[in-house]
Amino acid sequence: MVERRPWLDVFTHVLLLFSALALLLPVWLAFVAATHDLAGVNRVPINWLPGPYLLDNLAAAWQRGSFATRFGTSLIVAVGVTAGKILLAMLAAFALVFFQWRAKIVVFWLIFLTLMLPLEVRIVPTYAVAANALAPFQAILDATGITTLVAAVSGIEISLQWQMLNSYAGLILPLIATATGTFLYRQFFLTIPEELVEAAKMDGAGPLRFLRDVLVPLSRTTIAALATILFVYSWNQYLWPLLVTTEPDRATVMVELSRMVPRGDSIPDWNVVMAGALLVMLPPLAVVIFMQRWFVRGLVQTEK
Amino acid sequence: MSAIDLIGVRKDYGSQTAIHGIDLALPEGAFIVILGPSGCGKSTLLRMVAGLETITAGELRIGGHRMNEREPKDRGCAMVFQNYALYPHMTVAENIGYPLKVAGMRRAERQARVAEVAASLELGALLGRRPGELSGGQRQRVAMGRAMVRQPRVFLYDEPLSNLDARLRVQMRLELRRLHEKLGATSVLVTHDQQEGMTLADHLVVMKDGRVEQAGTPREVYSRPASLFVAGFLGSPSMNLLPAEVLEGGDTLRLAGGHLVRLAEPLAERGRVTLGIRPEHVTTGGLPARVEMVEDLGASVLVHAQLEGGAAIAFHSPAEAAPARGEELGLGLPPARLHLFDPTTGRRLAAVARAESAHRGLDFPVA
Ligand SMILES: Nc1ncnc2c1ncn2[C@@H]1O[C@H](COP(=O)(O)OP(=O)(O)O)[C@@H](O)[C@H]1O
Ligand SMILES: [Mg+2]
Repeated sequence: MVERRPWLDVFTHVLLLFSALALLLPVWLAFVAATHDLAGVNRVPINWLPGPYLLDNLAAAWQRGSFATRFGTSLIVAVGVTAGKILLAMLAAFALVFFQWRAKIVVFWLIFLTLMLPLEVRIVPTYAVAANALAPFQAILDATGITTLVAAVSGIEISLQWQMLNSYAGLILPLIATATGTFLYRQFFLTIPEELVEAAKMDGAGPLRFLRDVLVPLSRTTIAALATILFVYSWNQYLWPLLVTTEPDRATVMVELSRMVPRGDSIPDWNVVMAGALLVMLPPLAVVIFMQRWFVRGLVQTEK
Repeated sequence: MSAIDLIGVRKDYGSQTAIHGIDLALPEGAFIVILGPSGCGKSTLLRMVAGLETITAGELRIGGHRMNEREPKDRGCAMVFQNYALYPHMTVAENIGYPLKVAGMRRAERQARVAEVAASLELGALLGRRPGELSGGQRQRVAMGRAMVRQPRVFLYDEPLSNLDARLRVQMRLELRRLHEKLGATSVLVTHDQQEGMTLADHLVVMKDGRVEQAGTPREVYSRPASLFVAGFLGSPSMNLLPAEVLEGGDTLRLAGGHLVRLAEPLAERGRVTLGIRPEHVTTGGLPARVEMVEDLGASVLVHAQLEGGAAIAFHSPAEAAPARGEELGLGLPPARLHLFDPTTGRRLAAVARAESAHRGLDFPVA
C-alpha cells in the first residue's frame, strides 16, 4: 500500500488499538479475578485492579483440578494430534502432488469434502466408531451372512471389538482425521519445481528419500506454522474429549476446567476458576511465543 | 562403437505424438548436440534417454544394453538441468555430494570426492555457500559438479546455457567443451541455439517436429544441408533461398528475373526448384542487383540487395568496400557453392553426376 493520508493512518491505528483493548479486556478481568479472594472476586462493583492472592489461587486451582495429571494428558493429546496431523497432511499432500495414479482426483475430492464435515458435525457416528472401531466391519460381516456362516461351520462367533473410549487413541485419532493442513501442504508442494524432483531422481533418491532429504527441510516453516495452529487447536478441544473420556481421571485440562466452573448453589469461587484458566492458557501461549518467528514466515512466504 | 542407440524410439502424449520413431546411433566419447526449434521434441528425447520419461515404442540402448525399463539412476547418465535444479537448502558441498550420499558412500570418502570435483570446477572456495548465494555461472558449475561426481558414462544437458547472459554463455560453452575433453565421457546437449550447436558438437543432430532432419558433423550438416529446414536453421545470417526453374539439359537454372545460372553438374529434375546460397559464398559477377540496406557487423558488412525479378539476397562484403544504398551491383553465384532443394518436399536435390560420384566420397566437385 502506498496510501499517504495522515488521517487514514490515525484512524487505522485508533481502530487497531480499540480492537486490541476489546480483546484484552476479558483476559485482564480473568487475571484480576485470579488475584482476589472469594469476597474480593464477588464484590459489586467489580474490582479492576489486581489483589494479593494470585499464588494462593493458582495453588488451589492446581490442587483442585489435579492439573499435574490433566496437563500430562492434554500435552500428550495436543502433541499427538499435532504430530499425527502434520504427518498425515504431509503424506497425503505428497501423494496428491508428486504421484500420478488413477483414483487421485476422487481421493482429492474426498479429502476436500471432509473440510465440510468437521468433527462436530459427524460427532455421533464418530463416537460410535470410537466405542468400537471395528463396528463397521462387523456390520459388513453380519449383513453378508459371513458371521452366521462361520458360526455354523466352526462354531466360532465373530465379534470384532476395538474400544477406544478413555484411551489416548480415542482422544487423538478422530482429531487427526481431517483435511486441515493437507491443503496448506499441497499448495507448498505445488511450488516445488518439477526439475528438482527430476534432479533427485537422477541422483538416485527414491520418493521417501526425496521427501526426507528435500521436502521436509524445505517445508520447515510450513511445519512450524501448522504445528502452532494445530497445537493450539487441539489443546483447546472440548467437546470431543468430554464425550470420549467417560472416566473423570482420563479428562483433559479443558474438560477439567469446565468442571471447576461453579454451578447451582455451590460456592462461587471464580478466583480459583480464573486462576485455573490462566494456568490452562500458558502452554498454548508459550508455543505461540516460541514459534512466532517461524510461524509468521511460514504463512507469509515460500522460501526461494 | 556407439554409446547410445535409439531404435525406432517413439513418444506419445495421449493421442499426440511428440517423437515419431527416431533411429540414431550416438558415437562413444563424442560431444553430441541435438539442435532444433523450441517444441520439436529435443527435451522429450533427452528425458527418455535419462529415464525421466517413459518410452512409448522402440528401444533405447546405452553401452549396448537395453535401458527402456531401467530406473534413471541405473542408466549411468547424469543430467544438468536448464534451471540447474540445485537443492536450495543444501550447501554447495552437500549438493555435489548428494548423489554419493544416496548411493551410501561413507562420509570421509564422499568429502574427498566432493573436494576433488569442486577443485576441478574452481568451486573450492564456495563449498559452504547455498545456491541462493551464488551467481548464475557458479550455480551452473555446481550443477555440473553434481553431475560429474558419480563419474557417469553419459552427460545429458538440457539447454544448460540458456539462462546465462551472452558473455558468460560463450565462456561456459568453452568450459563445457574443456570438461568434455577431460572427462572423456559421452555428452549429449540439447539446444535451440544453432551457434551453440555448431561450436560445441562433434556430432550434430538437427530435429524438427519430432523427427531427425539430419545428423552428421557440424561441417557436413552446414555445408550439405539435407533439407530447406536445415539450410535455413543453420547459419546466421541464414542461407539465401531463391526460386528458380531447371532448363532443358538440367545444367542451367533460370531465376525469376530471367537470368541464367550455371550448375556444376546436371540435375535429373526439371521444373521448379529452390536455389540456396550462403551469404558468405556470393561473389561478384553478372547478376544485376540493387542494394537495399547495409548492416555493419564490425568485421564485415552484411548487404541486403534485391535481384532483378524481386528476390531478396544477402551477402557479406569487406567493410572497406561496402556498397552504398541504392547502388547497382553485379553478383556471382559460384556453381560449387549452390544448394538445390525440391520446393514442395524441401529435400535436397542431388546432381546426377554427384549421385554417381558419391561412392568416391566426393562431396563437392571442384569448380
Ligand atoms: N508432459 C507433456 N504432456 C503433453 N505434451 C507434452 C509434454 N511434454 C512435452 N509435450 C509436447 O511435446 C512436444 C515436444 O516438447 P519438448 O520436448 O519439450 O520440446 P523442446 O524441448 O524441443 O522445446 C511439444 O509439442 C510439447 O507440447
Ligand atoms: Mg526443451
